[in-house]
Amino acid sequence: MAGTTDQEAFRTQLIDTGVLLDTGVRGVFGQGAALLEIAAAVDALVTRKAADERALRVSFPPVMPRRVLEDNGYLGSCPQLAATVFSFEGDEDAATDQAAVAAGHGDWSGHQRATDVVMVPAACHPVYPAVAALGPVPDGGQTVDAGAAWVFRREPSNDPARMQAFHQREVVRIGTPDDVAAWRDGWRDRAAGMLAGLGLDTAVDEANDPFFGRAGRLLARSQRAQKLKFEITVPIASPEPTAVASFNAHGDHFATAFGLKHADGTVAHTACLGFGLERISLALLRAHGFDREAWPEPVRADLWP
Amino acid sequence: MNDLIRTVLRDHGRLPVPMETLADSDDLYRAGMASHASVNVMLGLEDAFDVEFPDRMLTRGVFASVDAIAAALTELGLGAPA
Repeated sequence: MAGTTDQEAFRTQLIDTGVLLDTGVRGVFGQGAALLEIAAAVDALVTRKAADERALRVSFPPVMPRRVLEDNGYLGSCPQLAATVFSFEGDEDAATDQAAVAAGHGDWSGHQRATDVVMVPAACHPVYPAVAALGPVPDGGQTVDAGAAWVFRREPSNDPARMQAFHQREVVRIGTPDDVAAWRDGWRDRAAGMLAGLGLDTAVDEANDPFFGRAGRLLARSQRAQKLKFEITVPIASPEPTAVASFNAHGDHFATAFGLKHADGTVAHTACLGFGLERISLALLRAHGFDREAWPEPVRADLWP
Repeated sequence: MNDLIRTVLRDHGRLPVPMETLADSDDLYRAGMASHASVNVMLGLEDAFDVEFPDRMLTRGVFASVDAIAAALTELGLGAPA
């Protein structure tokens, strides 16, 4: 899929200025100092905004147990985005053959078997089983801050704002239906104010996940009908504004899958929010230019207090 | 027709209550059917009735009750509802 002229031009500019380092694979980039520093500042800004939540802070690697993906329904709803870690399995002859085929850039996948880990497609996915294992949800609910985590979605694109591997800053709320709904709505409004304060041209929209196939259309329409997902969008390099943050109510989907319960045994509800740190950083560069010293003073003060 | 619909719902709806306790007009989502389960119900109905729901019918409301499902199947030419 070819990118638009604007996407190609922005991508070239990002690589020429060292913001992104090209790897030759679409949507997989190294990150230069400017991107690292802006993303870290956005991450820290979210931390300051979330300070009153007294969240349980956790961090997970970019891989998670395969079993989590099998239990959470993702292979049914978004199989096109999921990625499994495969690894070599075989004897010395097989290893020799694999190396020889690989050296010629042939197809050496026949020597690989699925392992017990998969790539994390959303930073909140490892949170639910891990928190369920800690015991019942505390009275009054629980906020879990999963920090800035690498995630991977198999989604090659020429749009530099649509990466396959990127950082999501995710926060999860676990509680009663009313609790998580109020939390999700409160954060949606708080985040919209935060991003508008950074000089970004934000809009809040009802949204749906990119569910797969005909079954996915039913899920997507169902998600919209119930207003389960909101996104904050900002113009970056696509004809349509790009989502830079999302706010999602899951009902009892994850809680039922992983046994998240209140002390009285009732199943909890969950919601999550995610900020796309690279996308917000690229949106800031797009809005204010590549010379950070020249960014509006209120924006600089918010990011680097 | 409604008996077969109920069989599909029993097999795929993952409802927390027995199907026998629900009337044909009862809201299945209110009774606890999850969105993800409704997808399995949709696919199960297509198998059981040998039909394919057109895109315009892939909405939450079509699978909201036994009556709603029967109306959709009838619209697809599968006989009058019982």
